[in-house]
Amino acid sequence: MSIAAKFEIPFEQFLDPKGKPVKDLPKWADKEELLKLYKMMTKVRVFDTKAIALQRTGKLGTYASCLGHEAAHVGIGAAMIEEDAFCPMYREYGAQFMRGVKMSEVLLYWGGDERGSNFSGPQHDFPWCVPIATQYLHAAGSAMAFKYRGEKRAAVTVIGDGGTSEGDFYEALNAAGAWQLPFVGVTVNNKWAISVPLSKQTACETLAQKGIAAGMDVVQLDGNDIIAVREVMQRALEKARNGKGPTFVEMMTYRLHDHTTADDARRYRSDDEVEAERAKEPLIRLRQYITDQGWWNEDEEKALLADCKVKVDEAIEEYQSIEPPGVEDMFDYHYEELTDPLAEQREVAIKEARRNG
Amino acid sequence: MAKITLIDAVNMAMAHELGADDRVVVFGEDVGVNGGVFRATAGLQEKFGENRVMDTPLAESMIAGMGVGMAAQGLRPVAEIQFSGFIYPAFDQIISHAARLRNRTRGRLTCPLVIRAPFGGGIHAPEHHSESTEALFAHIPGLRTVIPSSPQRAYGLLLAAIRCPDPVIFFEPNRLYRMVKQEVEDNGEALPLDVCFVLKEGTDVTLISWAPAMHETLQAAKELEEQGISCEVIDVATISPLDMDTILESVEKTGRAVIVHEAPRNVGVGAEIAANLAEKGIYDLKAPVQRVTGYDVTMPLFKLEKQYLPSVARIKDAVQRTLEE
Repeated sequence: MSIAAKFEIPFEQFLDPKGKPVKDLPKWADKEELLKLYKMMTKVRVFDTKAIALQRTGKLGTYASCLGHEAAHVGIGAAMIEEDAFCPMYREYGAQFMRGVKMSEVLLYWGGDERGSNFSGPQHDFPWCVPIATQYLHAAGSAMAFKYRGEKRAAVTVIGDGGTSEGDFYEALNAAGAWQLPFVGVTVNNKWAISVPLSKQTACETLAQKGIAAGMDVVQLDGNDIIAVREVMQRALEKARNGKGPTFVEMMTYRLHDHTTADDARRYRSDDEVEAERAKEPLIRLRQYITDQGWWNEDEEKALLADCKVKVDEAIEEYQSIEPPGVEDMFDYHYEELTDPLAEQREVAIKEARRNG
Repeated sequence: MAKITLIDAVNMAMAHELGADDRVVVFGEDVGVNGGVFRATAGLQEKFGENRVMDTPLAESMIAGMGVGMAAQGLRPVAEIQFSGFIYPAFDQIISHAARLRNRTRGRLTCPLVIRAPFGGGIHAPEHHSESTEALFAHIPGLRTVIPSSPQRAYGLLLAAIRCPDPVIFFEPNRLYRMVKQEVEDNGEALPLDVCFVLKEGTDVTLISWAPAMHETLQAAKELEEQGISCEVIDVATISPLDMDTILESVEKTGRAVIVHEAPRNVGVGAEIAANLAEKGIYDLKAPVQRVTGYDVTMPLFKLEKQYLPSVARIKDAVQRTLEE
């Protein structure tokens, strides 16, 4: 047989796990930019740790940790512009903080209050998306709207490795390819979909190649290397905004925490595996690199951690000071105007709430 | 004014809105050059271009999910699902997102999306082409479910659906697509999405129906009239949110109610109407409420289709039962 077509999966990495450059860094990766990214990743880490603690002490509902994903998330946020649309899954806080979402709003959402999804930042961004893979189609639809109006904007969406088994994922990639939409799909491959390892999720050598099946450019990258994340995302977004079509990006990382606070990962994976992955996590390598450059020292690290703690504590205080919504809140946003049947039920609920004090 | 069919009216409403509002886009499987398998979109791509009237890849969840994305970013997408029987892959997007987007963002994002689909039985179609599933959609908070049953109402209600700031499931009775013609003026005037339509006034009994069964219901009313039984006939049209006021007002006058729908009886929309009549209109009722519906069986293939669908005779029998009490 002859060969009908041949494909390759490019891989991108700038910093190895020990913080050593494997090649020249991109021009933008100067002291100022790298410190900014490092500080944000640290803030995300402190926030995440505190949020887990809040859940453990009954002050937050189930929470999805982002431990180990800081480079992927913050790097995505750093590459986007305000006009782009972000369609997250449910743990991309790093990207959202970069876009202006407040920590207190994340807490409000996981604290069981829809108002958390009415968040700050670009008002066209989608809220957290719990039904797996559905967000991929919202990004494709957003990209279609941008293309239709001839706007220089792109839509970015994120999915886990497990999500790439879903129909909506394939349907979105296929549509983005067929219409050459300004779309950048990301899979944050953290090796585990709750308890199911990647090896049971797919026979593909890479997840990136799923994008090739949709006829788009793909890149696999070291998702613990924020320089690679931001650089590849910038290139893909520039391409998309200029009408040159979609890209699918696979970011290799590892979920260091449980799937959510309702999960116990010790049931299905070994401590040895987790510890081996922990050595490759994103903060260690960037800290090493900026320290090696003479841009960072232990005192600055201590001061940063103290500052992050203060800011996170302030956010928690803000979250806890927000009064619960009134009972009418569950009726008022189903239709632009309250329908007659709902108006009737709303009155009943208000009376009932009064009676129950 | 020319007389047109229901499907012509659907086409005319889309053409009107495509012409009036740049945000409106029509998309679905085969809606472009082919003009849709029933020809609901015939000529629209030619007139408005491939950017406004788009053939999609064959993927229903994609059609609904991308519709959510487009709507949230300021377009007014009008999607076609080729048959309502193929809508189930899109169910997740409709329930989890289209219907919830406004509520879960507290109004920050909205979903002015219309999903049109041919609907109901009676055209000798293959398997999965003839079901009546309005109750599945009526049950979902945040959605509107609308089913026109005449060319005039198809035009006015589809205009309203496209202009509606919230998602609308718009089922088109394919049996009625070409059954009758009516004068419909292309005047851009929408009909309200929150009322039932009283098609005929009467004093003895209220017949409440919607979708293709409206046809048999009107026929039954006509024949009963000849026997001296005065029927008031209501087309519910907007199944959800349900306008009970019009129905209650009518039953207050007639004291009798017969509900007719093609969908299975169990947990059908007829049950909701009957329950409302029991809660709010029981003292006006002179006889138990009757339902004439499809049976609680899988929609049969077309050799038994006629036996499944509510017939004029069954409707007349139900009316007689209300008069005997």
